[in-house]
Amino acid sequence: MTESVERGVPSKLSLMELSFTVNGERRTVRVYPMARLLDTLRQQLGLTGAKEGCGEGECGSCSVLMDGALVNSCLVPILQAKDANIVTIEGLAADGKLDNLQEAFLQCGGAQCGICTPGMILAASHLLHKKPEPTLEEIREGLSGNLCRCTGYTQIFEAVAEAARRRSIATP
Amino acid sequence: MQNDRVVGVSVPRKEGRDKVTGQAQYVDDMTLPGMFYGAAVRSQIPRGQIRKITFGPGIAWDEFVIVSAKDIPGKNCIALIADDQPCLAHEAVNHPEEPILLLAHSDRHLLPKAVAAVSIEYEPLPTVFTVEESEGQSEIIWGTDNTFKTYLMEKGDVDGVWEKADYIVEGEYRTGAQEQLYIENNGMVAAFDPQTGVTVWGSLQCPYYVHKALMALCNLPADKVRVVQMETGGAFGGKEEYPSMIAAHAVLLAIKSGRPVKIIYDRMEDMAATTKRHPSRTRHRTAVSKDGKILGGEIEFTIDGGAYTTLSPVVLSRGTIHAGGAYYWPCVRVSAKAVATNAPPHGAFRGFGAPQSLFALERHMDRIAQVVGLSPVEIRRRNFLKPGQTTTTEQIVRDPIDLNRLLDRALELSDYPAKRELFAKQNSAGPSRKGMGIAAFLHGAGFTGSGERNLSSVVGVEGCADGRVRVLVSSTEFGQGTKTVLCQIAAETLGLPYDDVEIAQADTNQVPNSGPTVASRTVMVVGKLVQSAALGIRQTLAGAGLLGESYSPEEFRAACWKQVSARGPFLSWARYEAPSDVFWDDEKYRGEAYAAFAWAVYVAEVTVDLTTYSASVDDFVALQEVGKVLHPVLARGQIAGGIAQGIGYTLYEKVVWQNGRMENGQMTNYTMPTSSDLPPIRVFFEELGNAHGAFGAKGIGELPMDGPAPAIVNAVEDALKVRFDSIPLLPEDIFEALTSVKGARVREPQPVGGVR
Amino acid sequence: MRSDPTEYQLVAPGTLQAVVSLLAAEPGAWLPIAGGTDVMVQYAAGRLPARKLVSIWNLPELRRVEVSPGEIHIGAGCTYTDLREHQIVRDEFPLLACAAGWTGGIANQNRGTLGGNIVNASPAADSLPALLAYDAELILVSARGQRRLAYRDFHTDYKKTKLAADELIQGICLPRQFAGYLAYTRKVGARNAQAISKVCVAGLGRAPGGVVEDVRIALGSVAPVPLRLAETERLLKGKRIDPPLLALAKKTAVAEIRPIDDIRSTAKYRAGVAGNLVEEFLVKLGAGERAT
Repeated sequence: MTESVERGVPSKLSLMELSFTVNGERRTVRVYPMARLLDTLRQQLGLTGAKEGCGEGECGSCSVLMDGALVNSCLVPILQAKDANIVTIEGLAADGKLDNLQEAFLQCGGAQCGICTPGMILAASHLLHKKPEPTLEEIREGLSGNLCRCTGYTQIFEAVAEAARRRSIATP
Repeated sequence: MQNDRVVGVSVPRKEGRDKVTGQAQYVDDMTLPGMFYGAAVRSQIPRGQIRKITFGPGIAWDEFVIVSAKDIPGKNCIALIADDQPCLAHEAVNHPEEPILLLAHSDRHLLPKAVAAVSIEYEPLPTVFTVEESEGQSEIIWGTDNTFKTYLMEKGDVDGVWEKADYIVEGEYRTGAQEQLYIENNGMVAAFDPQTGVTVWGSLQCPYYVHKALMALCNLPADKVRVVQMETGGAFGGKEEYPSMIAAHAVLLAIKSGRPVKIIYDRMEDMAATTKRHPSRTRHRTAVSKDGKILGGEIEFTIDGGAYTTLSPVVLSRGTIHAGGAYYWPCVRVSAKAVATNAPPHGAFRGFGAPQSLFALERHMDRIAQVVGLSPVEIRRRNFLKPGQTTTTEQIVRDPIDLNRLLDRALELSDYPAKRELFAKQNSAGPSRKGMGIAAFLHGAGFTGSGERNLSSVVGVEGCADGRVRVLVSSTEFGQGTKTVLCQIAAETLGLPYDDVEIAQADTNQVPNSGPTVASRTVMVVGKLVQSAALGIRQTLAGAGLLGESYSPEEFRAACWKQVSARGPFLSWARYEAPSDVFWDDEKYRGEAYAAFAWAVYVAEVTVDLTTYSASVDDFVALQEVGKVLHPVLARGQIAGGIAQGIGYTLYEKVVWQNGRMENGQMTNYTMPTSSDLPPIRVFFEELGNAHGAFGAKGIGELPMDGPAPAIVNAVEDALKVRFDSIPLLPEDIFEALTSVKGARVREPQPVGGVR
Repeated sequence: MRSDPTEYQLVAPGTLQAVVSLLAAEPGAWLPIAGGTDVMVQYAAGRLPARKLVSIWNLPELRRVEVSPGEIHIGAGCTYTDLREHQIVRDEFPLLACAAGWTGGIANQNRGTLGGNIVNASPAADSLPALLAYDAELILVSARGQRRLAYRDFHTDYKKTKLAADELIQGICLPRQFAGYLAYTRKVGARNAQAISKVCVAGLGRAPGGVVEDVRIALGSVAPVPLRLAETERLLKGKRIDPPLLALAKKTAVAEIRPIDDIRSTAKYRAGVAGNLVEEFLVKLGAGERAT
């Protein structure tokens, strides 16, 4: 991030320090308040799992969890993430062991080119958290903000259903 | 080895773990020290002479790297088939968004304003935006006659067939442009070193296409250009030829600045400036006997190529060859042409001409059925190609394919006869209408005719010291499973565990040219070469006395170690050899067009809501014969994904053009189907094997793109008894047809039809 | 991303009071941003004129729902998810709960706010017809105090409202008087999810024995502002719903709207579908249906 340079621009702004929790770790960044959460994660913190597919909140490939809620990080100014609890795809596999959803996506062919996958898995995670045993309709609706161009969604739905099944077996 | 130990099993995707953990490295995930960011200044008009370029106030221009056509060391073109497409426009522009200048800066946020601050004065020239305007030739915008390419394909004596006909059925069918809409936009990183030359890393399908283009652009020899494919977030043909352009731009900026340069498009730029599926117009005139047999016909197939040649001749070729579909034509004349308009050049998109001509044909078959008084099922039965008969290019059908049986099975799987009867009864009242539609078709895999021979693909397999095997191909992974399947093939061939085989990154410094990753050729053609090269490894080890007839993986590892210790790097190469009995006449467009055809019957069930005039697909059955399924989950995924794109092509995706420019270039306005829009897509396979493909496989990547559009529109017509001959078919179009004063093109009732 | 973050100020004073003071100090200079689902899209496209923004995201004074016997007060900072999950909104204001579920996907519903939808004032906004049908009232707040305004009077022209330069919407009040009403709402977009509406209808009515006691018909995307069909409602009040009345009501409804051709659809299509949806609503009303 470049420091602001005198360029004859009317309002000169300075970087600010901002802290938030990312994947369980407290992080502090120096940012402009209107930097996007997506860019801050990718460029400042090196967490490149969240992707920019559209910049307009339509494709969901930038999705992360913010205070437990699924959000499109391309639409969040970093200032609004101050002191928030952010979870990205990198935060899902605990100690290198894949989460149920990640396993299920691998098993069922839920990831083809993989670009929508981080956002899709987080959206599915958010859904399963709210609805541990979702119907097909609920899965469709829960993922309707995440576009996939490769799979036609069928194997993604199967992966989410499989993950739900595994979770319900694991938790008596 | 035929024991389906690895092949035929849904093994884990090679790069799958990285994808589900967010570790996979796409081009925008990489940075290089000192990297600058680049952007293009593009034409705002569709056609004209560039008169003046002014660099406006408020920008610290001395901080920017600025590149124009004058900075191009070699040829100012993107080398492909013809050399007519400039890398940077110099004196004239021929389409909106044509690149004119390139800018780079260390701060990517400064680029949009800088681009906006470059003002360009043009002297506009008259424009051509439609196929009709182009072929009318009142304004010549390309060459001498606006025509990139023509084909005339003739079989038998068409002129004599008309007088024998009991019916002559005519129809005109149109398809619109379609945006590939890979979720990862185009991107490239380039670096230049005076010693080692140029390196690019990018989102791309064909490293050696980019390699060839950069050699010509930079006037550099082959060993001074290196192209590396990064994980690629979807391509579908949209990253077949376009990456050469964006790579060229990044390279020019890197050369001029002496720094690495990254160019990543945002969605608006990608949609507006890059290739789309060719719009098409097909005219059929068919001579039919009173018992519904095709006696012969004329097909006029025209595609809109946009402003420059790019791949239009090849798209035209495939569309031409597929124009007669899965039926027996005793005689036929296909006159095909690709014409120029002042739009950004159209390009490769899964299917590559076949979805266009097959849409027309499969709609036309339903029309023939109506005229003759037969059902859509029966008309197809009476005309299906049989083994031993010849296609429109006079290729003998050697597959023991029984299309009638395939159709029977598809009808049963979709419950077609019962549903059609039910819908016919229910459709007399209520707020919606339902219908069923069929499409039967084939898709030729691999390059056409002598194409594979010309490509002369080379594949390498390396036996490493630790016993692991490495596959070396320029074929790229972009979701379809290249890495996985090629490793399966090598593992199966060598009797090794799947985990013992890996595949090198597609880096032109490391891998040979196994041809582009297009034309559904990767598993079939390249896979077969992988098989050969792997066998070569075995043969060498056996020949050196290091390996017996049968062996364990441990013995293989030991043998490799010994070989490498004794002789150094251990590689086996295989080069494509065309079968000797295969002939193709490039002049007459006759002969063995493709090494293998996959065959399919698709059935769509639709509902048209009469309150909102929207058509939606409720159920979709896709049955295809594919030689052999090497990986069930991947194969299913390919078909389902292709059908989803086909559904989008038909009902949801419209490119809105304004003076040659895509006006709705945002995801909010170019609407691909979401998870809430698609029906369950039910996929079924049959396997007849294929002598020319690895383990009997045929190419399947593009096949699923051909069937959905005609099946769906046939179903909509079935539901509404109104004819639609053009896609995309939007609610607004259905509304117009149902409510227009002129009256809809209603057709006669026809037999419900059934299973034999 | 076509804007330069270094050129934008964004402050988050943290309380409604502080935000309101800022707006008073420099009226019109600061653009409030809540969930950002509209503002940030413009920003990324390089089309945001404002350079100074004040965050009203998650202000406790705005992100709350107060229920009293006669009305419900929905804070302007409530997200669509908040609305979908609130029991009273779901039970008593289904048009609004439904509209909240249509707006974007889950991620955008978690951030987009009702206040933002209103102030952004797009005639295609999903929740606005519901607010019109429910006779919503807005509570507007500024350093000068509070005022209450019928939502019906809020939009004056395309993207123009009666919000003063120093004002914020604090909340939206809906009267709890619709027990027993038929609630009908339907949105027509290019696809089933994440679609900007081509036509949107929110209908509310009571017609015991098929005679219209009360009817409210509100439409989006068919005029520069979201619209109540006053003429059509007047026509229907007190009458028995029968085929001739349906035909006349449909005709009147279509005459009241002013749809346009735009990048998403055509005026003719919008008019045709609007008429069909109004008719569909009235048929259900006449048949004595309850909820849809």
